[in-house]
Amino acid sequence: MPEISVYVKNLTKQFKNFIAVDNVSFEVYKGEIFGFLGANGAGKTTTIRMLCGLLLPTAGEGRVGGFDIMTESERIKQNIGYMSQKFSLYNDLTVYENIRFYGGIYNLSNHQLTENTEALITRMHLQDWRNRLTGELPLGWKQRLALGCAVLHDPKIVFLDEPTSGVDPISRREFWDFIYYLADNGKTVFVTTHYMDEVEYCNRLSIMYQGKIIALDTPTGLKKAFNQQRIEEVFIQLVDR
Amino acid sequence: MKSRIIPIVRKEFIHIIRDPRSLIIILFMPTLMIIIFGYAFNSDLKDIKMGVLDYSGTEPARQLIQKFTSSGYFILVDKYQNLKQIENNIKKRKLQMALVIPADYAESVLTKFWTPVQIIIDGSNSQSATIIQNYVDLITADLGSTLSLTDFKLPFDVRVSIWYNPELKTIHFFVPGIIAMILVMISALLTCIAIAKEREEGTLEQILVSPIRATEIVIGKVIPYICLAFLDGLLIIIVGVLWFGVPFRGSIWLLLLLALVYIYTALSFGLLISTIAPSLRVAMLVTLATTIMPTMLLSGFIFPIESMPRLLQAITLLVPARYFLVIVRGILLKGIGFQYLWQSTGILFLMGTLFLGISARRFKPRLE
Repeated sequence: MPEISVYVKNLTKQFKNFIAVDNVSFEVYKGEIFGFLGANGAGKTTTIRMLCGLLLPTAGEGRVGGFDIMTESERIKQNIGYMSQKFSLYNDLTVYENIRFYGGIYNLSNHQLTENTEALITRMHLQDWRNRLTGELPLGWKQRLALGCAVLHDPKIVFLDEPTSGVDPISRREFWDFIYYLADNGKTVFVTTHYMDEVEYCNRLSIMYQGKIIALDTPTGLKKAFNQQRIEEVFIQLVDR
Repeated sequence: MKSRIIPIVRKEFIHIIRDPRSLIIILFMPTLMIIIFGYAFNSDLKDIKMGVLDYSGTEPARQLIQKFTSSGYFILVDKYQNLKQIENNIKKRKLQMALVIPADYAESVLTKFWTPVQIIIDGSNSQSATIIQNYVDLITADLGSTLSLTDFKLPFDVRVSIWYNPELKTIHFFVPGIIAMILVMISALLTCIAIAKEREEGTLEQILVSPIRATEIVIGKVIPYICLAFLDGLLIIIVGVLWFGVPFRGSIWLLLLLALVYIYTALSFGLLISTIAPSLRVAMLVTLATTIMPTMLLSGFIFPIESMPRLLQAITLLVPARYFLVIVRGILLKGIGFQYLWQSTGILFLMGTLFLGISARRFKPRLE
């Protein structure tokens, strides 16, 4: 039985009259690349926020890395990395300063910080941009930096919220190479996206629509079940119902 | 753990230094403000427009008039023939006051105990009217003593001792209040903007997702701005005192130290507002409204607390500037030491810590 990294049951989030996440249940296994597909406003970001301890659920339960999302969110935070949909690094800091800042926030030792920083810069090919202001970077590079900072402290579980939005195809390719690399190293990667082609890269994916999960399976499984060649068709069929 | 605060402090300093334009505004604007406010609040009067209605036309009358004009406070606009003209000119605001000398002035002054002379003052501005009245007292008291042959009571109320050098007095009174007002405004704005901006730009989320504690974030934010606000405070105290010639009878080190406590309170207050306000714009507006207005009206800056209704007096206890004014006025004008100021200081420190605590709790990583 593979270890469960993320577990939610009947997770719900209601804002005033609007139910953003409606009774959602799923499990994500260790080392899995789990995709979360859905249109904008479907509830993907809200779900991630609850799992990261940024938002309190209205109802339901969940465990991330074995810790309860309602009561142990501080423990969860030690073990997760998060990359938000909106670029959330500092544009007026240099690449190096940003990395150093987040390393410091996660309380990495000086030695570890230096090591991880250099590894990140090398891996993401940011050497030339090291001392440039982050705001000067092209979008694809910014996202790369953000992704790197999200995993700087070597977390077991990584949440990526639309990491490739607006990014050029080459950067997207490199992104997914990196995501595979993370998964190969035993990390669980939880990815939301609205790019239909990217879901092929996931081990399993769930489709979210108006706060509910309307499908959950491997990409192949979904295509077979709906007798379609592409996930896009599956999605459209589901939504039409 | 201390080590998590340091990256926050370092980052804030980088933000500050990388934005030189804002830095200049932050340092330059308060200095400008204290000069402007100082002149605005200066309620001395010069060149008061005086009209004369001289029914006697005698030498002693001319002496009286001259006493006024040579005092430096009054300027003779014109001599008039009747009261109607005087009234019209006051209405037209060509005159602020008028001196009416009776026909028998010369004889009366030499022979009688007292001689009535009429002073008409435009009372529509009651503050100036009072000041004019006091200047008149000054002059006539002086005149009375030179004219009298024996010691007799003057029909005027001699208030010389209080109003000696009235021009500087009002400025001495106001500059501490202006310092308090500017300092609280700038400090609160600094932290308030710092947080609200991060929330709006989305960078706050990235921090909140890490295990860093709310208190660490909050302390890390306040420390760099203590330095900045302190620099501001130093500047405006120096400028305020030197430019307007306010006496400095106490210890500057004590003032600077206690100013630090006040700044701490103000910074924490700004932080608190940033946790309540939904957007940067609202945060700024609320900060301005809750720092400037209460400080101006309820701190004892202009209006004495003792003359307020009980309910307002109670409310003034919540205004940090009230306590700082005690400190600033005490040190600048009276030169008192810490033994009289520890209560005010203590209250300020407690308030600041309370604000910090509430901010940290509201910061609880639950982005709504």
